[in-house]
Amino acid sequence: MASFGQFGNDLYSGARSFRFVGLRRWWYLVSIVLVLVSILGPLARGGFQVDKAFNFGIEFTGGSEFTVSNVADPSQSIASEAVASVEPQMVPKVTIVGGNSVRVQTEQMTNQLTNEVAAALAVGYGVPETQVTSSFIGATWGADITTQALRALIVFLILAGIVLALYFRTWKMSLVAIIALIHDVIITAGIYGISGFEVTPGAVIGLLTILGYSLYDTVVVFDKIRENTTGQTRDASLTYGQQVNLAVNQTLVRSLNTTVVGALPVAAILFIGAFVLGAGTLRDISLALLVGIVVGTYSTSFLAAPLYAGMRMREPAIKKNDERLLEMQEKAKERVVA
Amino acid sequence: MARSAQVRHAVRNLIWLGVIIGLLIAGTGAGVLFSGASWAPKLALDLQGGTQIVLTPQVNDAAVTEEQLKQAVAIIRQRVDASGVSEAEINTQGSNNVVVSIPGTPDKETLARIEASAKLDFRPVLTTSGPTNEVINPDGTSSIVDPSSVDPNLPSTPTISPSNGSDINWVTPALAAQYQAFSCASEDNQEASAAPADLPLITCDPGNTVKYLLGPVEVDGSDISDASAGVITTQTGASTGQWAVDIVFNAVGTKKFAETTTRLVGLTGAQNQFAIVLDGRVISAPSTQSAITNGKPQISGGFTQESAKTLADQLKYGALPIGFQVESSESISATLGSTQLLSGLIAGAIGLALVIVYSLIQYRTLGFVTILSLVMAAVITYFCITILSAQEGFRLSLSGVVGLIVAIGITADSFIVYFERVRDELREGRSLETAVDSGWSRAVRTILVSGAVNFLAALVLFILAVGNVRGFALTLGLATIVDIVVVMLFTHPLLQLLSRRNFFAAGHSLSGLNPASLNAVYQGRGRFRVASGTGIKETKIKSASREAAKRQTIAERKAALEAGERGED
Repeated sequence: MASFGQFGNDLYSGARSFRFVGLRRWWYLVSIVLVLVSILGPLARGGFQVDKAFNFGIEFTGGSEFTVSNVADPSQSIASEAVASVEPQMVPKVTIVGGNSVRVQTEQMTNQLTNEVAAALAVGYGVPETQVTSSFIGATWGADITTQALRALIVFLILAGIVLALYFRTWKMSLVAIIALIHDVIITAGIYGISGFEVTPGAVIGLLTILGYSLYDTVVVFDKIRENTTGQTRDASLTYGQQVNLAVNQTLVRSLNTTVVGALPVAAILFIGAFVLGAGTLRDISLALLVGIVVGTYSTSFLAAPLYAGMRMREPAIKKNDERLLEMQEKAKERVVA
Repeated sequence: MARSAQVRHAVRNLIWLGVIIGLLIAGTGAGVLFSGASWAPKLALDLQGGTQIVLTPQVNDAAVTEEQLKQAVAIIRQRVDASGVSEAEINTQGSNNVVVSIPGTPDKETLARIEASAKLDFRPVLTTSGPTNEVINPDGTSSIVDPSSVDPNLPSTPTISPSNGSDINWVTPALAAQYQAFSCASEDNQEASAAPADLPLITCDPGNTVKYLLGPVEVDGSDISDASAGVITTQTGASTGQWAVDIVFNAVGTKKFAETTTRLVGLTGAQNQFAIVLDGRVISAPSTQSAITNGKPQISGGFTQESAKTLADQLKYGALPIGFQVESSESISATLGSTQLLSGLIAGAIGLALVIVYSLIQYRTLGFVTILSLVMAAVITYFCITILSAQEGFRLSLSGVVGLIVAIGITADSFIVYFERVRDELREGRSLETAVDSGWSRAVRTILVSGAVNFLAALVLFILAVGNVRGFALTLGLATIVDIVVVMLFTHPLLQLLSRRNFFAAGHSLSGLNPASLNAVYQGRGRFRVASGTGIKETKIKSASREAAKRQTIAERKAALEAGERGED
């Protein structure tokens, strides 16, 4: 790993440098394309009907419920197989109620499907069809939870914006941090829409985790930028953009290490969840987390930092100073060449 | 002597960590010994199952609208949430049932909390009497008035229009006869809860000991802005040990309540009393000693701490639009098989093993500090969750388990930030001891501010959100605090102590803090310092200096050149 260590040293000293700020217009383009894909992709999959863009779970939409009473063997797998025999794509929630009844909850079905599933359940459990009742159930994650959660989010974003603006002493950093956060959330949500994975409460919780993580990651890197542009480690011979770029490069090893360490457990859960167990809670949550962790780190270096540098570089004082420094650097280069 | 002071400081921090872990274990142990708690956290519905309670509306004559049902679900959810973070599931079933699924077995209090409508009215008392429909005849014998004997032709509209709620003109001959024939024992109180608000009401107290004839509603529960349970204190501030519910009215309620109490103060006998009616029953009918104009009345009425808190929660979140009764209450199994939890844990273990391998490759021996810190974080988190589970009813769901595994991965970031800062300091040419201290003073700012942002998210979501989101907020807040505690009281002190060990201080190539491989003597801007006392061989320093000189950036060479030129001018 000597080479990786050397890589870190070079990034620190500036010997090796990735042009996060210099090529910022390209990185903006990448982000714009990603965001557009994340918005249009789900719409395309849902046939351009907004309500079909995401595959919401029954916790959000409500659905059908079957109750099989007085069964001899209340095994959950019988119900799963019975539902799968009618509708292979459907993953029902099966619960044993009171020891001898089985409750099966599925997505909302048409009347015909309901009858077929009821019949399949009766056969599976070996009971007459009269012992299988069906009804519709409402959402457990109702509009009230969503409304409250959204209200809480908006309050949080405003408070976080204020806290960061006070800490960094510039509103531009907090604005950019929140833009990066929205970018991350749109892309993570888009993956659900495009893949058609079920959006469960677990997935939403995963999305909230990403929201926290995205902001956290941005704050860590911005703190280094703050140090490089105003603190003790400020190098006055560098232009503002160069200072920011150096800060991002200097924290790149940290960003890579953090992404790997954060993503490894999630990748393991996603792998086991998706390939060993098939569809289910584990797969649905870990997808959001994995995508979010990668995108969250990406957006800090490739979107937030360049965007911030770009905003500051337009300030007249900084612009003037940068021009002077560039001229000096240009002169020095000529002398070195000569 | 700074050195030994730092060692003492580090040791003190490690002792503090030991004390914290000791207290957590003792706290859990005390719970196990004295209140039947468990050494493991309780699991949520999806992993452990629980009880499914089906509620049906009490009033069947009026059709229940979808809107009312939705509102009921929202209110019941807030009430369940107020009793702890249990991740209950509440939804509608068919066109008029509400299903509440909660982990574990609910006690009577929990059921009462869920099903009671909690419609609170304040009505003036017109008259009171014994609970029966027995009347004493003039000759001293008593006889029962049969409700069916009330003449339906008696006038039921007041001849003189009543001027206020206490006006005795409300008592029409028909009402008087009904009141006389009314027996608390036979009465159907469910009807009373749905009584019209603008007419008088005949009802009793919950123990059926007093019969009341009440005026129309003066103030109702919808004007309550807040309610809390508290102990009644005497005028001197001494506690009486009796529980009561303190109410805060909104502006409208405050005004109405002030008007009514001002009027009642001037009246005598039963008419001086103010009845507090909960779901059609008079829970308390205090006499009015003075007008209450601040909108903050207190309800007393033989509450226990538990029942006072339940009522306060119910009043705070509003009355259910319809009353419910429990139709069935049955145990339900977990929806996710145990294989899911097991797979999640196995996957988490594999993931953490990969993290360990990666840290060892990246940070060599220093990786062990990461691993030990993660173990500390895991231990503290485990016991915190267990205590929260016993005290606050917190339940661990499958998504909660995944969240915690991820949180542990993210916790590692503070160590990475810290180690990278220490490495940066080493690159600046500092000795390991100084690098650890100055690296820490820079890293701790970053760790604290990013932690503060996460904690803010947790706090806002916990206070404002409902349902599963609160469970998540609790986990996030916990993980953030544990992260900061571990990095401050474990990782940093440990590194302070290790930096004094020769293996690390001398920069062994396996220490992960090898100054030579970090170009340590490089000081930036083309200046080089011949480090002394770092225990590095002179030759090594020279070669590193040459290496660093070669690796100067163009900008640095230019800067060095310019500096030279300025010197010449």
